Amino acid sequence: MTGPLVSIRNLSVSYRRDATSPSLRNIDLDIIAGERLAIIGESGSGKSTLALAIAGLLPSTATVDGAILWSGQPLLPRGGRDIGFVFQDASASLDPVMTVGRQIAEVARTHLGLGWAQAQHRALELLRRVRLPDPDTALGAYPHQLSGGQRQRVAIAAAIAAGPRLLIADEATSALDTIVQAEIVALIRQLVVEDGMALLFVSHDIALAAELADRIAVFRSGEMVELGTADAVIQAPGHAYTRKLLDAHIGLDAAPMIAQAGHGHV
Amino acid sequence: MSEPLLAVSGLTKRFRRGGTTVTAADDISLFIAPGETLALAGPSGSGKSTIARLILRLIEPDAGRVDFEGGDFLALRGATLRTRRARLQMVFQDPLAALNPRATVARVLDDPMRIHGLASRGERPDRIAALLERVGLSPGLAGRHLHEISGGQRQRVAIARAIATKPSLIVLDEAVSALDVSVRGQILELLLDLQRTERIAYLFVSHDLGVVRAFAHRVILLEDGRIAEQGDARAVIDNPQSTIGKALVAAVPRLPRTQD
Repeated sequence: MTGPLVSIRNLSVSYRRDATSPSLRNIDLDIIAGERLAIIGESGSGKSTLALAIAGLLPSTATVDGAILWSGQPLLPRGGRDIGFVFQDASASLDPVMTVGRQIAEVARTHLGLGWAQAQHRALELLRRVRLPDPDTALGAYPHQLSGGQRQRVAIAAAIAAGPRLLIADEATSALDTIVQAEIVALIRQLVVEDGMALLFVSHDIALAAELADRIAVFRSGEMVELGTADAVIQAPGHAYTRKLLDAHIGLDAAPMIAQAGHGHV
Repeated sequence: MSEPLLAVSGLTKRFRRGGTTVTAADDISLFIAPGETLALAGPSGSGKSTIARLILRLIEPDAGRVDFEGGDFLALRGATLRTRRARLQMVFQDPLAALNPRATVARVLDDPMRIHGLASRGERPDRIAALLERVGLSPGLAGRHLHEISGGQRQRVAIARAIATKPSLIVLDEAVSALDVSVRGQILELLLDLQRTERIAYLFVSHDLGVVRAFAHRVILLEDGRIAEQGDARAVIDNPQSTIGKALVAAVPRLPRTQD
């Protein structure tokens, strides 16, 4: 059996110099090659800090203790090459004045050593894979000419352009409407299976995580309070906070909060 | 049935974008009864926020009529408009964007009472304390700045501001969408409590069908600026008939539940 793709050992991160309120505290977590791991938490839980730390994207002012081992080596993975990152806001992560095709081609050129013609060809292939409508025309389009869901497809294409072994999606579907969210989640699931990538899916939505992930880690105030298979965490949560999150979820089967349907006769 | 509090008919708004015209609200008619919650749901771009903004007169319609508390709301001008506006309030998704982020809590609550002449300068500190208590906040928070308090506390302040003028209708535009789930339930309970005690009606704009189903009496599902389907919130969401209704319901993430 091969070792984990990423091993996180006793990781603490603080954005403040005094380190009195660390954003992450003593995290031990493995990401197994090819697995889909969801990181669940509310604001201030540290879930995005964990994603940024793994990708080496923390600001230089952050204080980091502990270790992140990549395939057992204390080496920094190459961002964009070994790890693809999809952020919540595709408009902010894409260059507004560069065509979509060029942005994706540049990743392929930089990390795979392709020439421009080959890289453009790869960009077109990727736009087809992320099922962007009319990919030939889209190559020359600018991000503002696309819808929010289409921009996120482009961001995913750029993230996987160099064939990373880990794809990190940080609230990647949170700004999208429910229908587009479901499409993007289905796309991510398909891509990680086809390419054998591991997925780190960071989300505030425990139901979305339950649908997508093999394992779920629950974070709260910088600590990991629970880690287990998606089934175990959802069906038999071990921590009171996980139960609280599950109870607070308002799904299509939730009990109505209002006494009865009616026309305001309360 | 009693006179509707709000009656909208033929409301239409077109936006020109690039060379094309988008009809964001296309001949929309709806009503809300006193003390009732009507939800507007639909995918992005379906027109739900546009309709809310038209009703609030934040944007002007191309056609249509809005009757509120028995009068033609769109025809009101000047002092009568200001008086009637006090009865129609709003809470948005992001209170830091909707309110002055550098204002104190007291200032945010003082403004509507001063503007609408609801309390004298001497009375207002007591009224502010009472409003804060009504929304579950400590009156001690009055001196704090909005950016110093938590997101849930800020949304409670936004609700306190909305109820300061004793409205009969509050437009809630994705008002709980950005809140952590543990906070969201408390805010929804607060809104329901206000509805029960003050008989406030809500126009609840939301993309979250689970919350709509639990919180609203009726729902209107929108697509491309048109009403695709409407009815009792639970009846519609449990058994949608329209294509967009079926797609919206199918896209909601499901939490597998144990039988208990």
